[in-house]
Amino acid sequence: MPCWRTMASVRHKKNNGRYKNLDRYDSIIIGGGHNGLVCATYLAKSGQRVLLLEASESVGGLGASREFHPGFHASIAHSVSHFSKRVTDDLNLRSHAYVPGANPLPTVGLGIDREHIIFDQGTLRGVSADDAESFKNYSRLMHRLADVLHPFWLKTMPRIGSSNFTDLMTFGHLGLNLRRIGKKDMLEFLRVASLPARDLMDEYFDDETLKATLSWDGLIGAKMAPRSPNSAVLAMLYRMAEISRGEHSIPGGGVNGLITALSQAAVAAGATIRCAAPVERIRLAASSDGLQANGVQLTDGEIIAADRIVSATDPQRTFLNLVGVENLDIGFTNRIRRLRCSGYVAKLHLALNSLPEFTGLAQANGRMIIAPKMDSIEFAYDAAKYGESAENPVMEIVLPSVHDASLAPAGQHVLSAHVMYVPHELKGGWTDAARERICESSIDTIARYAPGIREQIIHQEFLTPADLERCYRVTGGHWHHTEFAMDQMLMMRPTYEAAQYSTPIPGLYLCGAGSHPGGDITGAPGHNAAREILR
Amino acid sequence: MTTTDPYAGERLKLSPFYPRQEVLNIREAWSAWNGYKFAEYYYDAEYEYFCVRNQCATYDITPMQKYEIRGRDAEVMLNRMVTRDVTKIGIDKVAYCVWCTDEGRMIDDGTIFKLADDRFMLTCGSPCTAWLAKSAFGFDDVTITDVTDDLAALSLQGPTSCAVLKNMGLHGIDTAKPFNIMHFPFHGESLMVSRTGFTGDLGYELWIPPELGLKLWDELYAAGEDYGIQPYGEAATNMARLEAAFIMPAMEFNEALRTVNFEHDQTPFELSLGWLVDFDKPHFSGRSALLKEKQRGPKYTLTKLDIEGNRPAEGSYIYGNKQCTKEIGYVTSAMWSPAVKANIALAMIMTDQLDNKMWAEIYYEKELRQYSRIAACTRKKKPFWAPSRARATPPPDC
Repeated sequence: MPCWRTMASVRHKKNNGRYKNLDRYDSIIIGGGHNGLVCATYLAKSGQRVLLLEASESVGGLGASREFHPGFHASIAHSVSHFSKRVTDDLNLRSHAYVPGANPLPTVGLGIDREHIIFDQGTLRGVSADDAESFKNYSRLMHRLADVLHPFWLKTMPRIGSSNFTDLMTFGHLGLNLRRIGKKDMLEFLRVASLPARDLMDEYFDDETLKATLSWDGLIGAKMAPRSPNSAVLAMLYRMAEISRGEHSIPGGGVNGLITALSQAAVAAGATIRCAAPVERIRLAASSDGLQANGVQLTDGEIIAADRIVSATDPQRTFLNLVGVENLDIGFTNRIRRLRCSGYVAKLHLALNSLPEFTGLAQANGRMIIAPKMDSIEFAYDAAKYGESAENPVMEIVLPSVHDASLAPAGQHVLSAHVMYVPHELKGGWTDAARERICESSIDTIARYAPGIREQIIHQEFLTPADLERCYRVTGGHWHHTEFAMDQMLMMRPTYEAAQYSTPIPGLYLCGAGSHPGGDITGAPGHNAAREILR
Repeated sequence: MTTTDPYAGERLKLSPFYPRQEVLNIREAWSAWNGYKFAEYYYDAEYEYFCVRNQCATYDITPMQKYEIRGRDAEVMLNRMVTRDVTKIGIDKVAYCVWCTDEGRMIDDGTIFKLADDRFMLTCGSPCTAWLAKSAFGFDDVTITDVTDDLAALSLQGPTSCAVLKNMGLHGIDTAKPFNIMHFPFHGESLMVSRTGFTGDLGYELWIPPELGLKLWDELYAAGEDYGIQPYGEAATNMARLEAAFIMPAMEFNEALRTVNFEHDQTPFELSLGWLVDFDKPHFSGRSALLKEKQRGPKYTLTKLDIEGNRPAEGSYIYGNKQCTKEIGYVTSAMWSPAVKANIALAMIMTDQLDNKMWAEIYYEKELRQYSRIAACTRKKKPFWAPSRARATPPPDC
């Protein structure tokens, strides 16, 4: 995504050699990931003077496309499942050439020596009649529950102990929604909301591959496996919340197509976007009232003033690096420090000279999941939680070039895979050899399903969570900036006193995945933060 | 025959001064403080109190928690932790400080000794390691070391204390102003002397490597023989500090990190320590909560009371009417003050009732029979005991 550098701002060279920008913005957004773009656009549309600063050469963050080999492009996020419809409509993204994926990707549970499981547009193939029947009941329940939660992903979570009317209304609304689905479903919701994925799946199905495939969306991106208690089911419901019902698709132009539309919408709304402008420090003004955010300092020393700073970067980076602990209360600092931010998903990119063939699969046009059993996921996780990389990784594979030919030279293809579980902190530290080893074992795993793949590889790239952290400036290389778990969600996300997008520092706001509702490409945190700022 | 002590590790630690204290503690009145065997009193609490007020006496403060905080970021780390402005403390100066939770509730009070630009000592009544570690997180160059066992400390308090130190050969000690620190060579090591204390009177605290503890004791007692030097324990300390209106943990305040019930801890404003909260500092931990507290006014205010009669109002409720139907506060510490010749108390009084008349309902026992009386209270603005010698430099008779 190219970048619009501001030419309009007036700069004066100061005696000390630092640049001082005499322009003052209403809001500066730190970080040009999709949430930063969404927030910037809402604010600019409201008439604010908005500057978005992105550290890297292009906006988009984990959704941005990169040429990982000449002619081959990929973004870390390779599909979209629950991007907010309201954001799409509010920001008129379609008029900025956003083409939501027309057809949901079939979800494929790859099997060996068995029929693949294919879930496509409401139909399930490749499983027993019993499981197919159970699947109907399972889907009905999950959809009902997802509907209960749906309104809350775009709401600011209430403050505990608050007697504010809006806060009480949100609590009341949730209660009413639960009540409205009927007593049985309400009790069922309370029962399953924090179940381990394994228990839920065991309750409904016999087929191990089906169980593993269905629980995938409750687990990916998190430090959780099927047996982990906590919020696998909630994560699944979160991903099912939008009109797409959790089905993944690839927008026109790939995920980057959405990013392009968002940047165009931001610029059209009047926001200024500057890339290659890494922020070193959030500047704070001191007064008798305490500290107040009033600008940023870039790594090259340039100072830009603004009435408020909105950080789309992760909470640890925002507070510990950009604000600095000396400017925060000790208890709050330590809650931010204790956020669990270690990513466990690595990214494999393969440049292929032709379309790979998956044994027994007519078309490799879906989201292919390699997790033959629940235990395959569990065992891969067991290794990673002790700092080792999984011997038999589990993964989700997409061939984006099947859907968008521009991502690879004619006739050639890109394979994009999320590989789990790969620890951010490998025992003994990450080395090229360690990365090579897990990359090779990932390719070996794929080769079991697509035997010819090794011969098709022109180039391979493997990004560990540590690589993601370095390249994308996201703490722990965590997709969601901080773990999506009971203690770090809703009015606890990222932690109390920063869970309503405002922070203990007046003038400083959060708008990224570390804020409610959380990660993935949703635009919801950016939307909610803008609403709070404009309130 | 030797047997292994099954309780080794559980037994109280002995202060470096213990061999002398053991001989002097003829009542065997021992208690414990931070794991150290510690004298409640040696001979008689009141006698020891009179020594503090009329001569001089020593109090073993080795068990006080002592932390060395070193490094380039030591000052900024401490400055963010405590409510006072640490940057205003000069080298070889001491400052009394408090530190609070994010909610502005007091964790503890203590003193900060600035020994160099990058070296401080923090002392406090209770272990503070966990909070210090939390406070230091995020700073690049701070090292915190618990030096409690590596530094013996003896408090010498009373009107003749300066003369004793001078007699011991600490030349120039009379030039030390309150909260000043001086260093003297002592048998190849350095003896640090701070003009500080917990009695409200003239006094000093002496800091020495533990292996020189007994030498210090002996030289001090030799020099002080003609000046009436005596040891004093916790009981006399508590009397002296109450006359000076100094607060005591578990009496005037409940440490916030050990408080379970909501707001059963205190803010500095409630403890009349608002003067320690420096809002000229742009930030310190708890600042925004404390600013709100200041603007709203504390719910309670620690108040000095002179109560009629001579029965200590220990544990009394304070009422806004003589019928004792309108409760407005409670006494935290009370005693008959021999020096002031008054029945004194510290009490937490509802701030909006401070200007009202107050009565204490005092219960007391006389030969196994319980009595009660209702006594009028007068609010005092100044400490009960604050002799000018405590602030004079050089001190009189020195």
